[in-house]
Amino acid sequence: MKAVCFYGKEDVRVESVPDPAILNPRDAIVRVTATAICGSDLHIYGGYIPTMEKGDVLGHEFMGEVVEVGRDNQRLKVGDRVVVPFTISCGRCFFCKEQLWSLCDNSNPNAWLAEKLYGYSGSGLFGYSHIYGGYAGGQAEFARVPFADVGPLKVESSLTDEQVLFLSDIFPTGYMAAENCQIKPGDTIAVWGCGPVGQFAIRSAYLLGAEKVIAIDRFPDRLALAASHGKAQVLNYDEVDVPDALRDLTGGQGPDACIDAVGLESHGTTLDAWYDRAKTSMYLATDRPHALRQAIGACRKGGIVSIPGVYGGWLDKFPLGAAFAKGLTLKMGQTHMQKYMPALLERIERGEIDPSFIITHRVTLDEAPEMYRTFRDKEDACIKVVMRPGHQQTRMPN
Amino acid sequence: METVVLESFEDQVAYSEIERWVTLATAGALMAYGFSRRNVPGMCLAVAAAPLVFKGVSGSWPLLHGVLSTDDTRVALSADRGIHVRESIRLEQPIAEVYRFWRSLENLPRFMTHLRCVTDLGNGRSHWEANGPAHVKVEWDAEIINDVGNSVIGWKSLPGSDVVTAGSVNFSTVRAGRSTQVSVHLQYSPPAGRAGALLASIFGRNPASMIREDLRRLKQLLEAGEVARADADAPGGRR
Repeated sequence: MKAVCFYGKEDVRVESVPDPAILNPRDAIVRVTATAICGSDLHIYGGYIPTMEKGDVLGHEFMGEVVEVGRDNQRLKVGDRVVVPFTISCGRCFFCKEQLWSLCDNSNPNAWLAEKLYGYSGSGLFGYSHIYGGYAGGQAEFARVPFADVGPLKVESSLTDEQVLFLSDIFPTGYMAAENCQIKPGDTIAVWGCGPVGQFAIRSAYLLGAEKVIAIDRFPDRLALAASHGKAQVLNYDEVDVPDALRDLTGGQGPDACIDAVGLESHGTTLDAWYDRAKTSMYLATDRPHALRQAIGACRKGGIVSIPGVYGGWLDKFPLGAAFAKGLTLKMGQTHMQKYMPALLERIERGEIDPSFIITHRVTLDEAPEMYRTFRDKEDACIKVVMRPGHQQTRMPN
Repeated sequence: METVVLESFEDQVAYSEIERWVTLATAGALMAYGFSRRNVPGMCLAVAAAPLVFKGVSGSWPLLHGVLSTDDTRVALSADRGIHVRESIRLEQPIAEVYRFWRSLENLPRFMTHLRCVTDLGNGRSHWEANGPAHVKVEWDAEIINDVGNSVIGWKSLPGSDVVTAGSVNFSTVRAGRSTQVSVHLQYSPPAGRAGALLASIFGRNPASMIREDLRRLKQLLEAGEVARADADAPGGRR
């Protein structure tokens, strides 16, 4: 089958690889009908994610049709239409039972590796390096889905692929980011980053009752989408001093909660941002937390900083003093997908939100290498790329 | 019962034969040289080589046999002798189910990858076959010396084994009765002694991390019903 493979920094290729097979009793094989490039795939593309190996199949946002199920999978049958969450969870361990699905104990075959780095391991992830299990991703014609009896969400309504695809990651991720803000009526929420997760965080903050959402970015097309579709008040950090503007917009009090939807490759124009760039370029630091520093600085006393943006290593010049002095709460982590997917599908079915608003590019799998570059450089007003692996049956029967 | 391939048995025989002849040859050369000097230091050297002859003929050192290389678990594993490993893990499974799974010793190779097979011989006795360093087959007989339902299983190897080993696994309910904790205490005196264990850990077969990975697989088997694996080549867990 055809798949999008990692070959090194800024080197992504469409290759012919062996078809996936059922390896465990609870598995399923899905013929991928739609898959997307995630902002976090760009961290891999930029060479920021360790333990990627040449030939690894990329992609963790995908959906499709079930073509084969393992013998212990009682929930899915061939022909089911499913959206697959990017986290892999067994559904039966302590963490899954506590609804902390992305912290599943049993789905990362390389847990020992993650333990060396982080103390304990989170769940396995599709197409996201060997430290997260080395699972093949979904930017391919077919994908093996482990624990498919608890992960994939069946879609039985007539919604299009484009309307439900983002239940695989960015919609629940933006939603959890907003939910972590514990929004009360009248609250003002500030969102750093107007990429796909930021856009969904803006929409979700309103869905959860925020009075005002302020969105921060520098790309005019992204700010325009946040303003038009998201109804956010927008700040272009190339033009205004963000902390000042946030103070002014909140009567000198600061936002009740701040969302960092940027993550480890933050870009900025202030002194600390240049310091981060210099240090990471010399491999003296692992992450560039400029947006996070600003969020912590701007947040009101006793507020919440919610971090859906991905961080991987040891942060330099992290303003813990400010967080402590203001009694902030920090909430973060990979999304507990299965907790949110069914309820968010219902919101889509009720017409409260149509997630396809985010899509700017619709391409075939073959165009992936070019699209990774376009998305990374934010050229052509690129916000979200959806790939259609094609409808022809190219898989050999096992 | 599983079929076991005796792939390295010949290697073991060949190695001990070579060791024996090299020892004898060295002893012979030292004695010949010592006697040929026809003086006191020469005589001393010749006499000093005598234990080597004993080692070459019998395969073990005189007098010390029974002290340094005993197969009695009480001697070989007491105090700080041998290798001690303690690891524990928590599972979301009823204690009775976890105990029952472990008590059927034949299940152990399903999550302990260094084990080739365990055969229940009845009367609390069992036969164990494992991969030693460099994939040399190691085998021993063991007997259960302590067995309290849903609480503890203890065992020790019997005289005549390749490895001297003893161990226990304790089962307890934790987290207000919602989870089960499995704590393993394993002791063994490996074929190549502590030096062998050190070498093994250099080459990535550290006993503590090995047991840790074993327990992780046990947890996956009992909780999730399968061992997580990302590709067809990797049977799950650490290589």
